[in-house]
Parts: sequence; structure tokens; C-alpha cells
Amino acid sequence: MLIFEHAHPGRRAHAQAPLTAPAADDLPAEALRQTPPPLPEVSELDVVRHYTGLSQKNFSIDTQFYPLGSCTMKYNPRACNSLAMLPQFLARHPLADADTGQGFLASMYELQEMLKEVTGMAAVSMAPMAGAHGEFAGVAMIRAYHDARGDTARREIIVPDAAHGTNPATATMCGYAVREIPTDRQGNVDLEALKAAVGAQTAGLMLTNPSTLGVFEKTIVEIQKIVHEAGGLTYYDGANLNAILGRVRPGDMGFDVIHMNLHKTFSTPHGGGGPGAGPVGVSERLKPYLPIPYVLEEQGLHRYAGETDCPASIGRMSAFGGNMGVLLRAFVYARMLGGRGMQRVAEFAALNANYLAAELRKAGFELAYPGRRASHEFIVTLKKLKDETGVTAMDFAKRLLDYGFHAPTTYFPLLVPECLLIEPTETESKETLDAFVAAMLAVKREAEGQPDLVKSAPHKLPSRRLDDVKAARELDLVWKPA
Amino acid sequence: MPFIPHTESDIAAMLASIGVPSTDALFDEIPAELNCGGLPGIPAGLSEMAVTRLMHQRAAQDGFYSSFLGAGAYEHHIPAAVWQIVTRGEFYSAYTPYQAEASQGTLQLLYEYQTMMAGLTGLDVSNASLYDGASALAEAVLMAVRANKAGIRRVLVPATLHPRYLAVARSTVKNQGIELVTVPYDPATGITNLVALDAIAGEAAAVVIPQPNFFGVLEPVDALTDWAHQRNMLALAVVNPLSLALLKAPGSWGTRGADICVGDGQPLGVPLSSGGPYFGFMTARQALVRQMPGRIVGRTVDLDGQPGFALTLQAREQHIRRSKATSNICTNQGLLVTAATIHMALLGPQGLKNVALSSHANTRALLERLCAIPGVERVFPGPFFHEAVIRVNSPVPDVLRALRAQSILGGYDLGPDYPDLADCILVCATETKTDDDLTQYAQQLARILSRRREAPPCAYKS
Repeated sequence: MLIFEHAHPGRRAHAQAPLTAPAADDLPAEALRQTPPPLPEVSELDVVRHYTGLSQKNFSIDTQFYPLGSCTMKYNPRACNSLAMLPQFLARHPLADADTGQGFLASMYELQEMLKEVTGMAAVSMAPMAGAHGEFAGVAMIRAYHDARGDTARREIIVPDAAHGTNPATATMCGYAVREIPTDRQGNVDLEALKAAVGAQTAGLMLTNPSTLGVFEKTIVEIQKIVHEAGGLTYYDGANLNAILGRVRPGDMGFDVIHMNLHKTFSTPHGGGGPGAGPVGVSERLKPYLPIPYVLEEQGLHRYAGETDCPASIGRMSAFGGNMGVLLRAFVYARMLGGRGMQRVAEFAALNANYLAAELRKAGFELAYPGRRASHEFIVTLKKLKDETGVTAMDFAKRLLDYGFHAPTTYFPLLVPECLLIEPTETESKETLDAFVAAMLAVKREAEGQPDLVKSAPHKLPSRRLDDVKAARELDLVWKPA
Repeated sequence: MPFIPHTESDIAAMLASIGVPSTDALFDEIPAELNCGGLPGIPAGLSEMAVTRLMHQRAAQDGFYSSFLGAGAYEHHIPAAVWQIVTRGEFYSAYTPYQAEASQGTLQLLYEYQTMMAGLTGLDVSNASLYDGASALAEAVLMAVRANKAGIRRVLVPATLHPRYLAVARSTVKNQGIELVTVPYDPATGITNLVALDAIAGEAAAVVIPQPNFFGVLEPVDALTDWAHQRNMLALAVVNPLSLALLKAPGSWGTRGADICVGDGQPLGVPLSSGGPYFGFMTARQALVRQMPGRIVGRTVDLDGQPGFALTLQAREQHIRRSKATSNICTNQGLLVTAATIHMALLGPQGLKNVALSSHANTRALLERLCAIPGVERVFPGPFFHEAVIRVNSPVPDVLRALRAQSILGGYDLGPDYPDLADCILVCATETKTDDDLTQYAQQLARILSRRREAPPCAYKS
């Protein structure tokens, strides 16, 4: 039942808005709305019950194990939320002067400095509001760098075929053509193909490391050498930063730019699809182009750098500077972990991933890259199972939902047929991982014995399998009263 | 080990299963010379108690102000129920609803949100949100250019648009060879100059129409929309969603209505929070739905024929279309949309209208009091929503600093963005302001300005 179907004319949540208001008799009639907006007329209790009820139809980290590869669904500590929502922080206006927000700005500055340390980059801006937004900032800076040198023949961004779709889409948004290069059988970038792809047209390379195949690029230093020698810059997609936190730093490896996903590595909530935060870090030569604002410290006082401080900046990415509340949550998380705690993140993310991979292999599942160490995630391929039983990775994923586990990422990366990309994260216990292995095994047995049960899953959720084709063909995007 | 549950015996058993002697061995594929050996520059970890104390200190240091700042972000009452429900773990810690059957709560909420936004703006379809109002405008400009069959890569933008929105649109579209042409405003009225608009030569894919505009003034939206349509341009509305409880919906502007509508959803239940996270919204005519960026939810049926919800039209998106996607956007601002949907449901049509009317009335009352002060005058005479521009006879930064010393944020200094308005302040009084708040502001401003006008002390008299 939709909220609109709970409505009764004249019903209101009387405590929540002025009960009466003076008429706007100074406004011309032609500027006014003639009919009220079609919002529901409901009581406060109606609203609370309806949306509490909806929340209960969701899977979430707080209720289920969520081994969604590439998404880093780790526990979101509650203190991060409650401390970012202190009333003074919530009430602060974005255009209020710096002297009214030194407590907030100091926290932002310290987070910015910690992100520099974590990545080994020369400078950081936290203006981008999501991973893809950070990618945009990164590639725009690469372009600004070449343009400033008059090096305008560089029109191509090189992207490995295993990359997230945001990489090529970002290159297009920055006015670049995309050149895709293949992956070798061990899951590494194909060096020969890279050598053949670079040239005077190369603006840069976008590289996810560890890659979306869940493995560390063994030749990462050489890859960069090839791109740099061709005059291109190197972009580190930090989607999988959780795997290397406190162990290796993109800046030390020689990268020119990196974006981080704080909603992954720094455990800010995913919120059912945002808000995220995608800060960017840069090497010395890209510093002048950082997006604004970022925080400056001058004689112990903090303020935002703007247009006059950074004339070569690629500019603003949002009206008010970024997802500050998300950054506050990340700051609290970083302070609770400390340097040693951050190192443990990668250590235990790797332990959980490699343990889960080992146990699944022992249970008869096929790993896509059995000869490789899992980073913080790994891929199981169900190709053989599909060939034998007709049960697809999608069916398998849906049946896992019935067992109370969120499905791993399916059909990504595109290189591995019938794949499940599995990322357990460091915050899950051994018992949870063991229970997941048991569920995987149970579904596998069902697929072998009663494939129709799996193909028609889920059976125990609020909805059964939904008709995506109908959703796209007969668009129903907005409710209309009968 | 914060948030890591492993016991020593767990670790030993897990290492044995993997067949390695230590966790260090799990990193043996990483070239050894790359190991940074830790993060000595990061301070040691704090307990929850210690970090709570730190954050309370910082929050207290910042304190509270009586704020008359608007300029794109507005203080409104947010019902307690909104964020108590939003921060339920089932909403807060869920992922993007790719697994529809495990995400019906979020998906149904997004469908309700789309319905509310389409209704509020008077247009056919809505996406499930973008980053913020400014980035939504940038995406709308790209969308208008994509929809233009003649391949025109030029969009007209009035100088009365929020300057930050223009800045963001510029930094977003400049690498795609799209030109944003600024249309000057009439200095007497503070609205877009139709004569100047006529004088701008050449074709354009769209005209941006802000309502209310950055100065709080109502633009002649009907005339601007028709002007655009007569020239085969799209009419691209940028609105404050709260104002639409009172003002004409963009879908009803002019003869045919605006084509695309964007704005910032912050006034709908999202705290100011130093600038974000907010959310951008976008609605459009049905014919443009396949050009829309971002997530879109559709209602469908499940295997049993029961209604349910799923992400749809995903063929537009980056994870399918890669370099040919409508946008690189992946994340939206789901949690803020959750807040806005609950907020709009709690306020309802009458509640939202009363908030809009009270904000309008408070700004009217504030203007009356401020303009009664010698040395203060209103700059643009036309109808406004809940913001207005005043001129003061003292340097604006000094006046605002003196008000700040009295814990009042007096408004937005227009000088840096508009050199012609260097002595002007943009003020806003929402429904949250009481009569006492308005009186306090007027009294303090009168005191500050009168002291400024006094002659400097004369040495001979003392």
C-alpha cells in the first residue's frame, strides 16, 4: 500500500507546520499555484508506521551479512552518525563565515590531512560527493594539466576492460575518447596491449587497484612507467582502497591522482544509494587544479579556499562544497581507528576474503583466479553449474536471499561468466563467514537436485522475482489515483 | 581492535584453513618495496567516549546563531520523526537497491518520492535524485543538449541564477564544448531582462529559468517559457521545491509548461549541515525520460502478479552503457530522499503551503522593519518569495561582522558575486523566525548603522 492510499481529505500531522498562515496577498495571482500539490493527507502516526514498515522490507548491514563485491559493506559505527548529527553541526549554514565554524573546519582539515597520509598524495580536496564525482574531478584535472601545457593532442583515456562502468563514462564526460585494453589470464593488465595502446594521443590511464577481479596488479610500477613515458598521467581508482589501507600508498607508487570512496573505506553509510563522498588526492603537479573548496590552515585558523586562492582550479562541483555530514562521519571513524586501526582494516579484510575463498573452494566452488591471492574480494564462477543445471548466477543470488544473506555482486566484472564477486569486509566474524559457506553449499545442492526451486527464487521475501522487462516496457514511474 | 570481531583462536583457525603462517603472507603478491610499513602520521585511535568528548567540544565551540542567511540553503523545522526513521539501520545501512526483492522498502519509498516530486513540479516523471541542486542543473544542461536534434551546444543562463549553480554547471560541461551564455538582469527590477534576451544572437538548446531567482524575486516565468518554446528551445526550470506549495508549478508555466525542472531538495527535511549532504531533484516531460541521468524506479509485478518495484531504464546508465551512458553518475543521495519523502508526507499539502506562506510573511515583516531603519532600503520592488535584497549605507562586511558579534547571521553579502550590488545584503526569514528574532535583528542593525553614521569624536570637545 502506498502512502497516498492511506490518505483522508483534511487529515494532518498538526504538530509539524504552522496551523494557519497569513495570505500572500502581495503576490500576483498568475504567479500562484491553483491546485494544491498531490501530497498525502495523513497523520504523524500514519507516516511513522508506513515508513517503519517499508524499512522492514529492506536488507541492510545492520540486519544481514552483505558480501557485495566492490561495495565494501562493512559495519557503519553508530557513533559516527550520532556525533555528525550534533545540533550545532546540523544547524550551521554553509555560507556562514569561517569564524563561526572553527570546530567544524578543524575537523575537516584534520580529515583532509589524514587522507593525504593514507594515500601518500601531496594534496587532497574533499569536494567530490561520490566516487564517480571524484573520478570526474580526477580526469578533469588531468585534462586541465595537459591543456595548461598546450598539450591538446592528448584525446584518449586508457581503461582496462575490467574497470567499473563509471571509468569510461567519466572519460566521456570530460570530453575524452576511451581506449579499452584487455586483461591477461592471471587477471593483470596486459602489458603488451598497454604498450601498444599508449602514444602521443594518451592523456592518461585509469586503473583500479586491487582490480575488480580482486587481485593486486603485480606490475603496477611498470604500468605507470609505460604511461608516464608516453606523456600520460596515471589515475588510481580507489574503489578498493580497503584492501591496501596502511600497507601501500598510491602516492608512493607514483600515481598522479586518486579518488577515495569514503562510503566504502571510511565506513560512512550507503543509505540505500547515497550520499557518498569521493575525495581526490593529487601529486604535486596536479595541485593547482584541485576542485574547490578545500580547507586551508593559516595561523591556527581554518577557512575554505575559493576561486581567488586557486585560479587554475577545475572549479566547483557543488553549490556548497561537498557532503559535509558524510565527511564528519568519516572523520569520527578515522579518529576511532587511528593509524594502527586503519592498518588492521586491510589486514582483516584480506584475512576474511582469503578464508572465505579457501572455504568455498573446499566446498567445491570454482574460483575465477585460483592461482592468485584474494585481495579483499574474490570471484566465484558458476559457469559449470549453469551448464549442468541451467541455474544462473542470478538465480543463485536470489536463492541466497532466502537464506538471509544479501547476494554477492553478480555479472560484474563482465570478463568472468556467471560470476559472483564476494567481499566479506573486516567487520564480519568467522561464524558469519562459516554460515555463508553453509548457505552457498545448500543452494548448490538445491541447484543440482531441484533446479526449479532455485530458478524461481526468492520464495521468502516481501516480493517474488520482479518483472524487469515489464518495468521498462510499460513505464509506471509515478502513481496516479484510480 | 575497533569493529573487528576476531579472537586469537579465530585468526589461528582461519590462517590454517588458508595455509599461510600469518596475515602478512596474504600480501605476498604486492611488491615488497611498496610496503609503507604503517601510517605513523595518523593519530592513535580513540575510544567512543574520547571521540564523543572531542566532537562535543568542537560543536560547542561553533555554537548557535540567529540566522537570516538563505542564498540556496534554508533553515526549516524538521519533524523529529523524519531523521529517527531515516537513521533506522534498514534505511541507513542498505546499499543501492539492485537486488529488488531485498530492497522493496527503499524502492517503494523512491516511487513515492518520484510521485511527490512530479506532482509538486507539475511534470510527468522524476528520477531518484542527483547530488545537489547545482549538479542537477549541470546534468539538466547536458540533457537538454543531448535532446537537441539540431546538435546545438549552447544554453542561455540568466545572471539571476544562483552564481554557484552557474559555476558548477560551467565546470561540469566545459570539457564537452558546451557554451553557457549569461543573460543580464534589469538593474531596476532584479529580473531577467527580456530585451537583453532578445538581443542575444544565435540559437540555443535551452533557457534556464530560476524561480524565485537568486535575489528572491519572482521571474516572469510564463513569458520566459513561451519565449523559449517559440524559438525551439527547452525551458529549464530551477526552483525551490518548498515555494511550489505556493507558486505555480513549472509544468504550468506559459502555454506548454517547462520541459525539465531541477533544484535542491534541502528545504524538504534536510538539515543545513555546513552545505551537505543535500540532494538534487530532476523532473521532466515524459518524452525526455530516456535522456534523464540517474536512477529511476518503476512499478511492476512479481512472479505471482503482485505489485512491486524495481530500478528501471538501466540501459541509460554507466554500469550498462559505459562510455555511452547518459551520465557517469552512480550513487545518488538516497538517504536524503528518504528524509524528504517522510518530510513531505508529514507536512502534507496544507502543511507545506503554510510553511511557504509563513516564510513569505516573515520575510515581508523583516523587510518592513529593516527598511524603517535610516540608511536601509529595499533594492528590487517586485514580488518575492522568502528572500529579498536590501541596501545599507555602510560597508557590508563590517555590518555583517558586527551582527555576528551579537550572534546574528545577517544575510549574504552580494558584493563578491555582483559588483553592482556591493552595498547589498540578501536576507531571508523562514517560518522558524519569531517576532522577537525579527525585532532583535532590526534593533541590532539600527544600532550598528547609527553608530557608523556618528561623527568621529572631536578632540577639542573632550
